[in-house]
Amino acid sequence: MEAVTFFIAAAVVLAGGCGVVLLKNPVHAALSLVGTLFGVAIHFINLQAYFLAAVQVIVYAGAIVILFLFVIMLLGVDRAENIRTEPIIGQRHFAILALVGFLVIGTLIGVATGGEVTGVPPEEALYSPSEGGLAIEQETKLSDGSTIAPEENIREIGRSLFSTRYVFALEITALLLTIAVVGAVVLARRPREKFETIPEYEPSVFLQKDDSDETSKVEEEVQEIDITEQESSTDATSDSETVNE
Amino acid sequence: MFALTIGPGYYLALSAMLFIIGAIGLLIRRNPLIMFMCIELMLNAANLAFIAFGKEMDDLGGQISVLFVLVVAAAEVVIGLAIVVAVMRRRPKATIDDVSVLRG
Repeated sequence: MEAVTFFIAAAVVLAGGCGVVLLKNPVHAALSLVGTLFGVAIHFINLQAYFLAAVQVIVYAGAIVILFLFVIMLLGVDRAENIRTEPIIGQRHFAILALVGFLVIGTLIGVATGGEVTGVPPEEALYSPSEGGLAIEQETKLSDGSTIAPEENIREIGRSLFSTRYVFALEITALLLTIAVVGAVVLARRPREKFETIPEYEPSVFLQKDDSDETSKVEEEVQEIDITEQESSTDATSDSETVNE
Repeated sequence: MFALTIGPGYYLALSAMLFIIGAIGLLIRRNPLIMFMCIELMLNAANLAFIAFGKEMDDLGGQISVLFVLVVAAAEVVIGLAIVVAVMRRRPKATIDDVSVLRG
C-alpha cells in the first residue's frame, strides 16, 4: 500500500513541478504548484509526519499560493489570455460533472474498502462515542508491525518545540515573521511624492503583441474616419454645387 | 503484488528530481513570480529529504527543521512578493533582467 501511494504521489509531484516550469500562464503555474504541494503532503503522511502534512496544506496551499495568485491578479500578468474562449464546446460542464463524479466515486470506494481514508475501520467508527474522538487515539498498524497514533506525533512535536533545545529557535522565528511583516508593509507602501514611470526600453513579448493589435485597430479606425470624412465632404460639396446651380 | 518496500532512497531520489526541476525552472524562466514558485519547489524538495532522513534516523529533529523551513519560506515569499510589487508598480511588464542593477 505504501508503494502504491508513493508512486501516485510522486507522479503528482513531478507533473506539478514540470507544470510550474513549463506553463506560460502564471496562474496555471501557481495551480500546478498546488498540485506539487499536495503531493508532498501525501508523502509526509506516508512518512508518518501527520502534523506537517496538515501544516503543508494549510500554510503552503492555503496561504502562500493564494498570496502568489493575489500578486498575479494585482499586477495583471494574466492579461494575455482570453478566458471566454472555450476550445471544445461544453467542456466546462463536462469538467464539472467529471470532477463531482470522481469525488463521489472516490469517497464511496474509500469508505467501502474501509479504514484507509480515516484510519478507522468502518465497524469501529460506528461505535465511536464522538465523531473522530476515537479516531485520533486509534493506533494505525503499519506494514512492518509497528503501531503509531497521529496524536502522538503532534504531542511530540509540540513538546520538543518548547523544550530547551528548540525554544530559542522558535523565538527567533517569531522575530523573523515580525520583521517580514514590517518589511512587506514598508516595501509595498505607496510613496508620498509621485514618480514618473520609467518608459519601457525592452518590452516583453506580450506587450509587443498587445501593442501591435491595438495600433492596428487604431489605424483601421483612423482609416474609417478618413473615408467617412471624405464621403461627407464630397456630399457637402455636391450639395453646395446643387445649391449653386 | 506490491510487496515493494519504499526505503529512504526512493524519497531521496524524488527529492533530488524535484530539486533539479526547481533549479532548471529558476534558470530558464524570466518571470519573477515563476522564479519564486521554483524556489518553493526546491524548498519542498529539501523538506521531503528532511522528513525522509528524520524517519530513517527515528529522530524528530527532521520534522522540527521542516517546520522552521516552512516559516522561513513564508517570510521569504512575503518579502519577495513585496519587492516584485514595488518594482512592477514602477515599471510594468518588467522581467528579471530589468532589475539586474538592483535599482527601483
